[in-house]
Amino acid sequence: MTQQGITHNTASLQEASAKDKRWSKLKKYWYLVTLIVPAITIGSVLMAVQTGYGQWLWALAVVFWVVIPIVDFVFDEDPYNPTDEEQAQLLENSSYYKNILYAATVLQWVGLFAMTYAAVLGDFSWFNIVGAFLSVGAMHAVGLTMSHELGHKLNDKTQVIFAQVCSAVSGYAHFNIEHNKGHHKDVATPDDPASSRMGENIYKFAIRELPGAAKRGWTLEAERLKRQGRSVFSLHNELIQTSLITVAGYGAMVLLFGVEALPFLLLTAAYGWFQLTMANYIEHYGLMRQVGENGRFERCQPKHSWNTNFKASNLLTLHLQRHSDHHAHPTRPYQLLRDYADAPSLPQGYPAMMGMSLIPNAWRRIMDHRVVEWAEGDMTRVNMDPAHKDELFAKYHRAAEVAVDTSDSEGKAAAA
Amino acid sequence: MMAKYQCPDCGYIYDEHYGCEREGYNAGTLWSELPEDFPCPDCFVRDKPDFEKISEG
Repeated sequence: MTQQGITHNTASLQEASAKDKRWSKLKKYWYLVTLIVPAITIGSVLMAVQTGYGQWLWALAVVFWVVIPIVDFVFDEDPYNPTDEEQAQLLENSSYYKNILYAATVLQWVGLFAMTYAAVLGDFSWFNIVGAFLSVGAMHAVGLTMSHELGHKLNDKTQVIFAQVCSAVSGYAHFNIEHNKGHHKDVATPDDPASSRMGENIYKFAIRELPGAAKRGWTLEAERLKRQGRSVFSLHNELIQTSLITVAGYGAMVLLFGVEALPFLLLTAAYGWFQLTMANYIEHYGLMRQVGENGRFERCQPKHSWNTNFKASNLLTLHLQRHSDHHAHPTRPYQLLRDYADAPSLPQGYPAMMGMSLIPNAWRRIMDHRVVEWAEGDMTRVNMDPAHKDELFAKYHRAAEVAVDTSDSEGKAAAA
Repeated sequence: MMAKYQCPDCGYIYDEHYGCEREGYNAGTLWSELPEDFPCPDCFVRDKPDFEKISEG
């Protein structure tokens, strides 16, 4: 019997060195970076208003897209996995880790109010309003990561409520339901709108993922309410509850700052959703679970997620980058998630890879051969975009064997 | 006395006495009355056939 998978799999984990242990102790405080994200948003508004330099509004966008990838590059990977003993301790102190997320949720709302104020009432150039837009998008990305963490803890009402309040910041009401009940069930299969297919670029994926996930979330909630004998249009509908929090918050900002706040809020929310789309895009690209003899997809295993283990982005994403462990044990708290040495691995942290995904040619150059290697050249095992299936199959299927066969026959011909 | 079943991944316990109201399964709903595709209401990565019986009814 395992509780959240804590007591097994230790054999594959690395022994902690003294240096790792020091890092593990410090890491507890580094998790406060989750609070720093909205604090940067608030601080940048204060600085912009105080100094009149609107460039400050770019601060969080620059941190997300430039500083974190550089820090990842400099400080490299995070080798530390908690031992069994430390895992028990981390669980005992779980209120500390939860409180960070509760406080950060409140700060996310304050950050959105502050930046909307600056964008609408501040006398800043369009260039710096773009900075404000990108900074709020980056804040939403971290906010949805927090909401993701909280929303998995369905046995804890406080975390579930904060997940809704946190998803409401970017108006992404269906996220928690569709993610838990839909994505985790169908992940790495062609049925999942939130698992990207090899050959599918980020923009095509977004068109499939954004409406597909919303529809699945609504359907799943309708099914739950039907079992309860309630109308889907009731206040018991969690999508409606979360949407009402968004309407209240956004409505308050429209009242306070004027109707010009609305386009800024809606555009930044949509960009926040797209940031989540980017995360979904990179997490399972091309990976596919196989159908067993019973006609069902095999259970999701560590090999069905792309991982990356850089220190800074691990902290920023609440260990979401240790994605294999997350999918193996979705209710494991973020402070316990472990790196699997033999799981599929991305060359950079999530923020850098998300940026790379925006350039489809670069993404495919980096990733397609990794997917082929993962599938050991057997393209029947790959989740492929139907529009590119024939081309990918012709190019990669058993390509290594064909090359060996060809060189063999060439060798024989030469010998003859 | 009603039976209890536990999710082998996250430890969630389905107690027939309480059912799972939040997912629409009323108190007193027997394990046998749950649909075959009933997923664990906490982790959603284990289904009814994966659960282990931990207490007899």
